[in-house]
Amino acid sequence: MSDTAKDTGWDPSKPILEINNLSISFFTRLREIPAVMDFSCSVMAGEAMGLVGESGCGKSTVALAVMRELGKNGKITAGTIKFKGRDLTNMNQEELRQIRGSEIAMIYQEPMASLNPAMKIGAQLAEVPMIHSGMSKEDAWKLARQIVADVRLPDPDRIVNAYPHQLSGGQQQRIVIAMALMAKPALLILDEPTTALDVTVEAGIVDLVKDLGEKYGTSMLFISHNLGLIMDVCDRLCVMYSGEAVETGNVVQVFDKMRHPYTQALFRSIPLPGADKNSRPLISIPGNFPLPHERPQGCNFGPRCDYFQDGRCNGTDIPMSEVPGDDRHASRCLRWTEIDWAAPIAKREVKQKAEIGKVVLKMEDLKKYYSVSSGAFGGGAKKVVKANETLSFEAREGETLAIVGESGCGKSTFAKVLMGLETATSGSIMLFDENVQSTPIQKRNTDMVSSVQMVFQNPFDTLNPSMTVGRQIIRALEIFKQGKSDEERHNRMLELLDLVKLPRAFAERMPRQLSGGQKQRVGIARAFAGGAKVVVADEPVSALDVSVQAAVTDLLMDIQRENKTTLLFISHDLSIVRYLSDRVMVMYLGHVVEMGTTDQVFQPPYHPYTEALLSAVPIADTKVIRKRIVLEGDIPSAMNPPPGCPFQTRCRWKSQVPGGLCDREMPPMQTLEGGHQIKCHLSVEVLNSMEPVIKIAAE
Amino acid sequence: MEPLSWGQILLAALQQFLPVWVALIVTFALSIRYKRKLALYGKLFDSPVGMIGFAIVMFWVFTAFFADWIITMDPLAQFSGSKNAVPGSALTAPDPDAYTHFLLGADHVARDVFSRMVMGAREVLKIAPAATLFAFMVGITLGLPAGYVGGKLDTVISFIANLVLAFPVILLFYLLVTPEIIVIGIPTYMAAILFLFPIFFIGILINSRYFTNPPQRNLYLGIAMAICVWAYIGLAFNADPLGVWGMSPNLLNVFVSVVFVNSPGVFRIVRGMVMDIKTRDYVAAGQTRGEGAWYIMLWEILPNARGPLIVDFCLRIGYTTILLGTLGFFGLGVSPESPDWGSTINYGRKLLAMVPHPALAPALALMSLVLGLNLLADGLREESLKD
Amino acid sequence: MLKFVIKRLFVMLLTAFALTFIVFWLTNLPPNLEKLAKSEAGTRISDAEVGTWLSENGYDSSPLNRYGQWLGLLPGWTGTAQNGTPTGRCLEKDADPATAPRFCGLLQGDWGQSSVFKLPVSQVIGRSLSLTGWLMFAVMAVMVPTALFLGVLSGMREGSRTDRLLSAFSIASTATPEYVSGVVFIALLASPMSGLSPFLSGAGWIEGRTLFMGTATSAMEDINFWNFALPVMTIALYGIGYIARMTRASMTEVMTAQYIRTARLKGVGFRQVVVRHALRNALIAPFTVIMLQFPWLLNGVVIVETLYNYKGFGWTLVQAAGNNDIELLLGCSVVAVVLVLITQLISDIGYVFLNPRIRLS
Repeated sequence: MSDTAKDTGWDPSKPILEINNLSISFFTRLREIPAVMDFSCSVMAGEAMGLVGESGCGKSTVALAVMRELGKNGKITAGTIKFKGRDLTNMNQEELRQIRGSEIAMIYQEPMASLNPAMKIGAQLAEVPMIHSGMSKEDAWKLARQIVADVRLPDPDRIVNAYPHQLSGGQQQRIVIAMALMAKPALLILDEPTTALDVTVEAGIVDLVKDLGEKYGTSMLFISHNLGLIMDVCDRLCVMYSGEAVETGNVVQVFDKMRHPYTQALFRSIPLPGADKNSRPLISIPGNFPLPHERPQGCNFGPRCDYFQDGRCNGTDIPMSEVPGDDRHASRCLRWTEIDWAAPIAKREVKQKAEIGKVVLKMEDLKKYYSVSSGAFGGGAKKVVKANETLSFEAREGETLAIVGESGCGKSTFAKVLMGLETATSGSIMLFDENVQSTPIQKRNTDMVSSVQMVFQNPFDTLNPSMTVGRQIIRALEIFKQGKSDEERHNRMLELLDLVKLPRAFAERMPRQLSGGQKQRVGIARAFAGGAKVVVADEPVSALDVSVQAAVTDLLMDIQRENKTTLLFISHDLSIVRYLSDRVMVMYLGHVVEMGTTDQVFQPPYHPYTEALLSAVPIADTKVIRKRIVLEGDIPSAMNPPPGCPFQTRCRWKSQVPGGLCDREMPPMQTLEGGHQIKCHLSVEVLNSMEPVIKIAAE
Repeated sequence: MEPLSWGQILLAALQQFLPVWVALIVTFALSIRYKRKLALYGKLFDSPVGMIGFAIVMFWVFTAFFADWIITMDPLAQFSGSKNAVPGSALTAPDPDAYTHFLLGADHVARDVFSRMVMGAREVLKIAPAATLFAFMVGITLGLPAGYVGGKLDTVISFIANLVLAFPVILLFYLLVTPEIIVIGIPTYMAAILFLFPIFFIGILINSRYFTNPPQRNLYLGIAMAICVWAYIGLAFNADPLGVWGMSPNLLNVFVSVVFVNSPGVFRIVRGMVMDIKTRDYVAAGQTRGEGAWYIMLWEILPNARGPLIVDFCLRIGYTTILLGTLGFFGLGVSPESPDWGSTINYGRKLLAMVPHPALAPALALMSLVLGLNLLADGLREESLKD
Repeated sequence: MLKFVIKRLFVMLLTAFALTFIVFWLTNLPPNLEKLAKSEAGTRISDAEVGTWLSENGYDSSPLNRYGQWLGLLPGWTGTAQNGTPTGRCLEKDADPATAPRFCGLLQGDWGQSSVFKLPVSQVIGRSLSLTGWLMFAVMAVMVPTALFLGVLSGMREGSRTDRLLSAFSIASTATPEYVSGVVFIALLASPMSGLSPFLSGAGWIEGRTLFMGTATSAMEDINFWNFALPVMTIALYGIGYIARMTRASMTEVMTAQYIRTARLKGVGFRQVVVRHALRNALIAPFTVIMLQFPWLLNGVVIVETLYNYKGFGWTLVQAAGNNDIELLLGCSVVAVVLVLITQLISDIGYVFLNPRIRLS
């Protein structure tokens, strides 16, 4: 069966996938919503093509269209998708079924959701060759075992007999990759394959995908919102905006010589090394992403573009035009030849650095343990989870302290303890000279509560969906005893909307009428309603699109500068941390492993974990040379941490410490020059001999 | 007088229901005209299933409302010589001013089946929605803290709820809805406890919202509590000095039993939803603001659980209607001549094989009402998911 | 796993005690006992005589104490009748008080005497349970496969014509309680005056006057299609709709799950997607629903047995409750409660067993 499917007389020098003028619409009862318009791209054999863009730009729709999996409402309205010369758009279900899984395979964002919870891993893997090449069950399982070993999973025999929930997220994603490779497909489509994973795990998956692509000669269509990741994996890319491809070309050429204003604006809004919140702030893209049924006439990016010309850019539909001399480089811009691409950024206001004042928050030897019962049925032995271990630090007025770490590092627990939602097991928290470690929030007075506030991570969750925006802010004012009358509070609420740069009319809106970035602004307004002195921002921008991230981050910085707020910025994203923080604290499994000023932490000597973390973050800059350090395995569970140093299971420097000290003893906090602290057994000499992970190549 | 043919019966019945048709047309015209402004209710008119369900439900609601105009005869009156008369038969000795035919025949004691069916709608709709509403208040008031606080509180309340759920309903009715129970006063005690929940619910609803502004809070709370206590005295103890609120001991017994049977189901749904919603960030935001637990439960969590609750409310009115029918079917807690559907079916079933119409009419009426409620719930569920 | 079962069993036992006590208390309220005294000792006796009768028959101790006696955890009461002969709970008529056992309750197998049937309660219940057992078996055999089949069929292609048709059917059937469907069935299929039967017998296609039999009394001796189909269908109809809707909901949810898309994009055919990937995950929820349907099924049984005059468990319960037969009503309640609790336990264990995510963590 597979032989007939694979033998189509296709010429390998032709593109393996060729999409021409593809248009896709979704049909609802009210109207037709065009999702993708006039999209063309081609992927050659062995090539990795990146699709990049913000959420809602249609990149995943393109991928699903290639699989012909658009659901009941989605329809391809025009164009062709040719795979090995055969048009997929007019194939019947049986022909499609033969191609799916054997010729084109797909990998998705949520590994847990893409595996059948009630089937063993082996059975799910073995199914592919059994369907497509009629392989016997024994052979298929044998092959499954071998591919599991190929995706570098330990103990394949155990894994093929396991159920998905018994594996960690990183392992599950490797299984999904293994499943895609079972039939050695010619084209692999990866839809945000690492978004749900931690950065250090992501780095391993990216390496694996690249290696396997080379080993099997598979072509790839790689979809991501992360430009850095695209640069790591792909040869070519296609930038999408609002349903259209706006620029396409070779990765290096697009990154260095972009020829579309959107691509340029995108690069200016992401924090690359060298950006700084005071001297070189990011430039956010003004305005909002247009909704699919509210797209403007002419250029979709027109209303937000710095180079917009009335009457021309909003006149007719704009075709792709080739950039001569480059390698298949094209841009959907009328004015690309007229724009001076080398011009320096015009108005970049330099901001005054905020003054750092006295200490407002001081934690000493803070510990937070939970006891949880293990076992599924409520019984079982009680186990102690050490969510925070001996946390000590201080934060000053007007300072931004970043707390960095991956899932399970205890940063959210720390926030809860500080807010008073949980009480500490031991240790002390001094807030404005008041001891609050064992005062739950109900017992704190209004002043205390209003001066410590929080900005939450998920914009879709941060506002109560059934209350107007204004009402939610007024409620905070009422609770914080601000204003004497309802009228006074109403006015104050409008001022707060001004403060976060939202139109006053938004007071009457319901949260569902707001975009993610706007909701996050309301969340910030609410947090500052009582004149907060300490604000804990728990990944406030990680769920937002890059162009919006910059605007929200800047807003937060501006308010902080004005109010001299202490900002505790919790994040896993090192690029943004480097951009905005004054000091950084790195956490791993409940421990602070490194702490210092931003410069100290981002320069050697590093803690081995910080080093790996820095190396794992993809950077969208061709001039940056990054040392690859890929950590083995996954983050251990906080329920059962390794003995000795928490990082010893994944540390590449472990051999440099004599006598197996790492296995036995918790390392001490070493204080290096300038107050830079590292929790590691490595000697000062070894630490000082470390090389920087990131180097910027001379131009 | 000639008996009526089936076509004439149909025409005559349609004519009797004239006020209902007018009311339905007005309701639909207004609703469809303003559907974009009416939130979830308006969206109902986008779903054909929901519209059909709503139409059926409103048909019976208006029937209950206009019952006095619709009925052709006194539902309790017996017309000698017309025992088991077939549909369309004429009265043997018609009063010149009154209606001349039994549209749907007469029953075993020669009462008009059509009028009894119409009046039965009023009997059912008097109790079912109110009892369901009370069950919701009880279920919500217990389910919110059980889900939100959890721990021992949850264990205890859940145990009690499961206890009630493990009882076969019919057995519970046979134990609870008896004259002996009324003699002991158990329904009054149960009412005294169960009816406290709505008062408590309304009280904390107002207090948690307005406690930041004491004068306003005191005013609202005072008014609400005065009305609640007045209704409480009347409903639970039948001792309203003004005589506005009150229930006969039989009715109270039925009402309390139905509330009691329904509450644990509501409790389970609310508890499950609270456990889900309480992990949301806006709940955490409320906590970090220092909001009280009841404010968070009632104003942050409950409004966001309203979709599934409204759907369940519709389904549960249907279920309550079925339960009331069951009670009537076993002759529990109702007076013998009551025109309610359950007991009419009960009397009709004895001669069912020979004279089907006295049982068939209320049976189909009950089925259509429940069907309407189910369709309405389905439409609402579909539309509320589309948000 | 063992710990879980033990914990569940403990809660179950606690529930059983609580429920039986509530039933005991409600059936032994003073007015009920007064009625009992009057029906046993004559309707025209005075209040004082009622009191004497009650104390002579051991009804004067506290409800908790009598509950203990009834369970067999406390020694049965003893006393002397007016004529001087010793009496007692555990004392048979004219038996020697010395040889009588001290405890005689539920745990000793002594369920008491039914005042209506003049037979031991255990015997009455035993007989009626076996009749109801057949009914339940037939209902389950019809209801479960039909409901699951309809649910899976309509859930696997959400929004299709089949789905809409089957959904309409299940909504209608959940709107039809047993006493409605029973009435409609009889009027339509088992009435010599209306429905199909007059046509069929007029045309000479059926031998008797009706197609089906309107009562199931003859099924107590000999079950056949014509006397048993209507009662079974009446009970099953409501359940079919309910379970089919649950199955459909669960199936549609599973069919939109990402792993189903994964399977489809692996090239698995639609039939295999449904059978291999969706079915098992989709059946976890309906399984628990089927088991938790038992309290409602008991309801149906009571209604149907009354309607069709089939003297099984439900009919016995109605007789016991209607005639103030306290011992029999207690016996029936114990059986009902235990049945419900056992099905709950099966539902819990089955859920764990079907769901590897819980079983193996």
